[in-house]
Amino acid sequence: MARLQSTQQLRQLKERIVAEKPADRRAIAVCAGTGCKAFGSFELVEAFRAELEKQGLDKEVELRPTGCHGFCERGPLVLLFPEGRLYQRVKTDDVPEIVEKTIKGGEVIERLLYEEPGTGKKFEKEEDIPFYKHQHRLVLRSNGLINPSSIEDYIAIGGYEALGRAFEMGPDAVLGEVKGANLRGRGGGGFPAGTKWELCKKQPGDLKYIICNADEGDPGAFMDRSIVEGNPHAVIEGMVIGAFTMGAREGYVYIRQEYPLALERLNKALDEARQRGLLGEDILGSGFGFDIKVNRGGGAFVCGEESALIRSIEGRRGVPRRRPPYPAQKGLWGKPTNINNVETWATVPLIVAKGAKWFTGIGTEKSKGTKIFSLVGKVNNTGLVEIPMGMSLREIVYDIGGGIPGGKKFKAVQTGGPSGGCLPASKLDLSVDFDTLIAEGAMMGSGGMIVMDESTCMVDLAKYFVQFLRSESCGNCTSCRDGLDWMHSLLQQVCAGEGTMELLDQIEQIAETVRVSSLCALGSTAANPVLSTIKHFRDEYEAHVEQGRCPAKVCKSLITYTIDADKCTGCLVCAKRCPESTIEGEKKKPHRIIQDGCIKCGVCLDVCKFDAVHVE
Amino acid sequence: MPVQVKINGIKMSAEPQETVLQVARRSGVHIPTLCHLESVESTGACRVCLVEMKLGGKTQLTTSCNAGVEDGMEIMTDTPEVQKHRAANLEMMLGRAPGSQKIRALAREYGVYESAYVPSEDPAIPGCILCELCVRVCEALGHSALAAVSRGGKKYIGTPHDKPSESCVGCGACAEKCPTRCIEMTDTKKTRTIWGQTFDFVSCETCGAPVMTVRQRTHAVETKELPEDYYTTCVACKQKNLAGRFARVGS
Repeated sequence: MARLQSTQQLRQLKERIVAEKPADRRAIAVCAGTGCKAFGSFELVEAFRAELEKQGLDKEVELRPTGCHGFCERGPLVLLFPEGRLYQRVKTDDVPEIVEKTIKGGEVIERLLYEEPGTGKKFEKEEDIPFYKHQHRLVLRSNGLINPSSIEDYIAIGGYEALGRAFEMGPDAVLGEVKGANLRGRGGGGFPAGTKWELCKKQPGDLKYIICNADEGDPGAFMDRSIVEGNPHAVIEGMVIGAFTMGAREGYVYIRQEYPLALERLNKALDEARQRGLLGEDILGSGFGFDIKVNRGGGAFVCGEESALIRSIEGRRGVPRRRPPYPAQKGLWGKPTNINNVETWATVPLIVAKGAKWFTGIGTEKSKGTKIFSLVGKVNNTGLVEIPMGMSLREIVYDIGGGIPGGKKFKAVQTGGPSGGCLPASKLDLSVDFDTLIAEGAMMGSGGMIVMDESTCMVDLAKYFVQFLRSESCGNCTSCRDGLDWMHSLLQQVCAGEGTMELLDQIEQIAETVRVSSLCALGSTAANPVLSTIKHFRDEYEAHVEQGRCPAKVCKSLITYTIDADKCTGCLVCAKRCPESTIEGEKKKPHRIIQDGCIKCGVCLDVCKFDAVHVE
Repeated sequence: MPVQVKINGIKMSAEPQETVLQVARRSGVHIPTLCHLESVESTGACRVCLVEMKLGGKTQLTTSCNAGVEDGMEIMTDTPEVQKHRAANLEMMLGRAPGSQKIRALAREYGVYESAYVPSEDPAIPGCILCELCVRVCEALGHSALAAVSRGGKKYIGTPHDKPSESCVGCGACAEKCPTRCIEMTDTKKTRTIWGQTFDFVSCETCGAPVMTVRQRTHAVETKELPEDYYTTCVACKQKNLAGRFARVGS
């Protein structure tokens, strides 16, 4: 792989690749993100390879394992070019048929198309599927198009051209563009990246660092993982542009050890970028040199907090410290450091390439551009979605997410990860942007979005998040460490029906102390799930403490499983499956649950075909 | 360039490297602390030095021990908000260290007599409020024999892998500076037992009282390049000896 000595050579390389692989070339893109990999997409790639070879089509048809396409619910996904046809839930057995009928014959296989739940309507093209149609995919767009392990694929779609442009513009103009775009940090805080860059750029000295925060720790969030897995060069390019702007010579990607695939692809991308002269000394013949090291995180949620992350890179315990001084003033090894998250870095090349004016044309007045969310929970279309800032929660949950499965009722949506807030149905028309969410006691966070239906107990949910944060608090501040532990004990009491109304006040008071008197953002936001659920779902808390009732029928101490003798056919299935052997009864005679031994696991409810098991 | 701050409404001039706590204390304004020690890094762990800080139109609570002064900062050290949250933090610490007279007395000042908080994990060291002052003191003395282990409610203070540490010299500074005096240290005339190991004392040549542990002396002699027999007498005998010599010089 030859080093590129100039932007001119980069352009020539791109032209050569595009000439070899024209856009209208026939290609099979198989999603090889972690989600589809779990569904067996790696085997699918091999099956396609073997089949294409067998049919003698391997030269003519390009087989391309790609990053995450976002529609994880329907994986493994296979996207067929040039038509943009999407097959979903594809199995290795389907491969010969796809090659025979669709690739060779141009025929559509109906059974593999996406079918809309409810309407039964089938969609042939990816772009027409409501899940994709309502999105605005800037950062994620390339994920389905390129092989993340091929720098040529990235260059073919215009990769590293923004870097070339940045070298032509010079650091001041690039900074002006990032500031003008009002790019706000996608990692949680929403702090303007340009302001941070400017502060770091202004610091004296030639030893500065750039960090990419890929320590995505929110339960159910996989935005950053999917970007690194699907388009690692976008992150690298963003970092080189940032380093050039601020005058840094060395960078770090702090990435979770639990992301093996992302790590593998990132390392491959770094190697290829070095070989191509896009990292290292004299990048693209500009005279500017910069390289990136990879630092693997040990799985502590708190290390996503920038000052804790910096300490962790230094080899110390990941504990946040008070700011100021900000990392831009005194960061890694005491030197000026700029830290942004994966999505922010991946957005930078787009802004430099297309300009601040283009970027500010998307989004709301104060929140520009798009934001990626991992849409999970009780929603039909779970997956990764990218939306323009300002879209309503309703559009995300219903238009993109396809609503709530099983005919159940929407109850709440939690945004912003474990320390985000829960918003009820009455807030569904809120605009999703940084400031609106914070004003409502929720937050953008890094982009976790969990949808809950009527079967979710909000007290139990609050307890779950408090439990998570209690375990993940670094343990420095009394208020966060002990306050969360205390709140958790009290919430356990509420869930056990042992609470009183005074207990609710006490929980709120402790939550307030945790919020205002802890050092870092983990502590100051940790009370959000409790405060927001008490605010919007107070009736559920009251039902637990005043009536000893769990309206969602979740809290085990407050529910009883019984068998309706009229409906029970005496099939013995529940009795056989009961792990505690606490269901008695003879064949063809109504069964009975011995309450003393019942652990309320719900297995009987799940296995009964006659709707004879009730929970009260 | 000195910066101008206001503490409880009174204008003060401060050096930019000073902390809010330092400026307050040298001006005679009382702020309680538990885990703060002037000679080691402040981490704001215990949270009792909370003050209300107004800066750039924003008011928030912050710990004064690790907050550097900034020009235009307005600090209030005793507002109802400050009192409320100091009390709440003290109640949590009283739950961890019900036997600590220091915490009990301070909590009482804020109207907290008993704590309703019971930590869910059994503490590795009863009475420990996990402030890590011992860890910081040990590090500052050049030993780093102690560290915080795990996080959240499972956090505790210990030696590496919970085994006796080779770095520990048995100086006892950790136990001495601990705000709740919860670190177990047992001294006999000849030995000291702490953190799972027993150290021999250097005995005073004159009176036989313990001078320091042998390992502490070895460490001091090596790191400070002192003669090997530098620490042979206890402080009391050294003083007596010196006083005698001065008396002889004087006569």
